[in-house]
Amino acid sequence: MAKMTLEELRKLRSSQKSEMERRDVEGKEIHIIVGMGTCGIAAGAKMALDSFLDTIKSNNLTDVVVKQTGCMGLCYSEPTVEVKVPGMPDIIYGNVDAAVAKEIVEKHIMHKKMVENHIQDKPAGDIIK
Amino acid sequence: MAVKNYILVCGGTACESAKGDDIYKALLKEAEAHGVAEDVQIVKTGCFGFCEKGPIVKVLPEQAFYVEVVPEDAKEIIAETIVKGRIVERLQYQPEKGAKGDAFDIENIEFYQKQYRIVLRNCGLINPESIDEYVARDGYAALEKCLFEMTPEDIIEELKISGLRGRGGAGFPTWLKWNFSRQVESQQKYVVCNADEGDPGAYMDRSTLEGDPHSVLEAMIIAGICVGADYGAIYIRAEYPLAIERLETAMKQAREYGLLGNDILGSGFNFDIEVRLGAGAFVCGEETALLASIEGKRGMPIPKPPFPAVKGLFGQPTVINNVETFANVPVIITKGGKWFSQIGTEKSKGTKVFALTGKIKNSGLVEVPMGTTLREIVFDIGGGIRGGKKFKAVQTGGPSGGVITEEFLDTPIDFDNLISIGSMMGSGGMIVMDEDDCIIDVTKFYLEFCVEESCGKCAPCRIGTKKLYEYLDRFTKGQGKMEDLKKMRDIGNAMKKASLCGLGQTAANPVLSTLKYFPEEYRQHIEDGKCIAKKCKDLVRYEIVAEKCIGCTVCARKCPVNCIEGERKKPHIIDQDRCIKCGACYDGCKFDAITVS
Ligand SMILES: Cc1cc2nc3c(=O)[nH]c(=O)nc-3n(C[C@H](O)[C@H](O)[C@H](O)COP(=O)(O)O)c2cc1C
Ligand code: SF4
Ligand code: SF4
Ligand code: FES
Ligand code: FES
Repeated sequence: MAKMTLEELRKLRSSQKSEMERRDVEGKEIHIIVGMGTCGIAAGAKMALDSFLDTIKSNNLTDVVVKQTGCMGLCYSEPTVEVKVPGMPDIIYGNVDAAVAKEIVEKHIMHKKMVENHIQDKPAGDIIK
Repeated sequence: MAVKNYILVCGGTACESAKGDDIYKALLKEAEAHGVAEDVQIVKTGCFGFCEKGPIVKVLPEQAFYVEVVPEDAKEIIAETIVKGRIVERLQYQPEKGAKGDAFDIENIEFYQKQYRIVLRNCGLINPESIDEYVARDGYAALEKCLFEMTPEDIIEELKISGLRGRGGAGFPTWLKWNFSRQVESQQKYVVCNADEGDPGAYMDRSTLEGDPHSVLEAMIIAGICVGADYGAIYIRAEYPLAIERLETAMKQAREYGLLGNDILGSGFNFDIEVRLGAGAFVCGEETALLASIEGKRGMPIPKPPFPAVKGLFGQPTVINNVETFANVPVIITKGGKWFSQIGTEKSKGTKVFALTGKIKNSGLVEVPMGTTLREIVFDIGGGIRGGKKFKAVQTGGPSGGVITEEFLDTPIDFDNLISIGSMMGSGGMIVMDEDDCIIDVTKFYLEFCVEESCGKCAPCRIGTKKLYEYLDRFTKGQGKMEDLKKMRDIGNAMKKASLCGLGQTAANPVLSTLKYFPEEYRQHIEDGKCIAKKCKDLVRYEIVAEKCIGCTVCARKCPVNCIEGERKKPHIIDQDRCIKCGACYDGCKFDAITVS
């Protein structure tokens, strides 16, 4: 992308905003967001990430997006992963190792069943609007 | 048929021990009995962090939040909430008085409101490697405003109204620092971000840079506009490779978009940023040492004044701020200083990010409004002490801080209150201690750190830290004298007055603070030769109680130095001279026949 002008930045912002909103509201896509801060990686987030990608591939799932993010604040339950599936509440899973990652794809994403014993709560409900 | 509801039953240790499992089973049974087993999925979760009111049962998507549930409630939960879609009022959590919002919403529970994310607004939410996601969350909107709508005076004014104080430790008003730099006439000025973060136990700056690098870049550009600088540097330790990588990526993206570099957004304003790596010496976090290090010299502090704001990098006016300080700036500009000033206490505005570690259940990054009490942080957000042990103290402010004891748990935390109770905000590391921690041992750890990290330039710090360390070390060996305590206070006070930089000026704080709040524990070590936490090896004795010992020989087999003797089926004896106090025998004995004292 070339250097932007003020107008272009504003345009980008509003298009990105509606893009993000559409993603949340209509939620055509399934999102797996892996916490990839240092503590996440140290706790094995890369293994979880690989396992997500492998399982998605081996099941030929095409509508799943795997993304990374920074620290969610729940360092005690790293690796942490947020899973957004349309029609289901957004869920944060903690202590996600490769096996749990596989289970999340096979159960939560493919069969709309949450995975036992790994659900965590958001650190703060009031991330500023 | 698709699942319509989800019931989350807390399976954390606290709730589990309060019948969480029975509730889970009862719910399954009732769901079956009411013929809704197919419509609802019942799962066990990790701790919700609200153990105080446990066991907790949450129903989604209704957002029912049931507290203090007992197995007998299962029937009603299924019959009412799942079958009829009604909330069981009796079980529903009642918001504390004064809670915001009229309609009940989980997010409105005061407990969850105790955190407030301004600095960490994007962390864990956006992809840190995507500038588009940052832009979507109002990223670079503050930059826009500063370039096209505000004058440098307006920016200063907004910061002044906000009441933002530096988060690097000392709490210096940010607007004042920026204003000093702005007012100096100079061809060349600089903006520096202090991302050294040398405090043991602290990692909030690293997490901010890893999770939301653009917010810091944006703030640095704004600082450049405000003071008239065209160049910035981020000083970060080489041990933070991921943060460095994400910063580099963010800078590349910002340059491509024309948000960094020449003629930003066609405004004619130029500003670029460079990352400078530090070798990870604690003293290099001190601003004058940091600047020396960027200049390629040895990272040693020089006396102030002149302050860097007036004469800094290469002798030019330099604004130097901490990562967290910068991360606050864009929000203050977009939402206004007034909005910011409504959060926090009288003299400390906004929030503070703490890295909560130690013997706490939920360790992690916590961002709370200034004025939150330590009790709320440790017990409500942190979930209390691990393993049901007793709270002892919290160490705040790292090597420059001190301990906060039980009696001050309800003090609202801000810059001034922490100092008044003998500790410090520091950068925000918070290490929770329980009854198994020895206060002398912890203090010794900080002094050892300072001995190693002192640059050695000035005598009070170089010699003082070493002397204090030696006293503490002798106490742990039972070789101290009561007179030593007075000497330690004298040395500490001399260091405060005579040291050249903040390291030496504050290094005695852990000693002074623990001497003040735990005099009895010092006395026990010195006079009784005892360590109640049983941490100081030289003061601990492992002994076998003859009446309880059945002579199973387990301890003798476990002992790595073979110092336990005795015949089979007869009481065993430990040879105290050879015992290395490893505790293996104690852990191995199934008959509680071994005592530690
Ligand atoms: C020994 C020593 C170490 C320091 N380490 C840091 C550090 O790691 N990060 C930091 O931001 N400030 C550190 N400081 C404080 C800085 O000198 C300076 O006050 C701060 O960067 C100013 O930014 P602020 O106004 O945003 O707080 C340290 C100070 C001393 C004396
Ligand atoms: S106080 Fe310590 S770290 Fe600071 S200049 Fe003196 S010797 Fe160096
Ligand atoms: S504490 Fe260790 S060294 Fe001492 S008696 Fe027990 S096992 Fe042996
Ligand atoms: S870095 Fe992973 S939650 Fe803190
Ligand atoms: S164990 Fe249930 S809320 Fe903590």
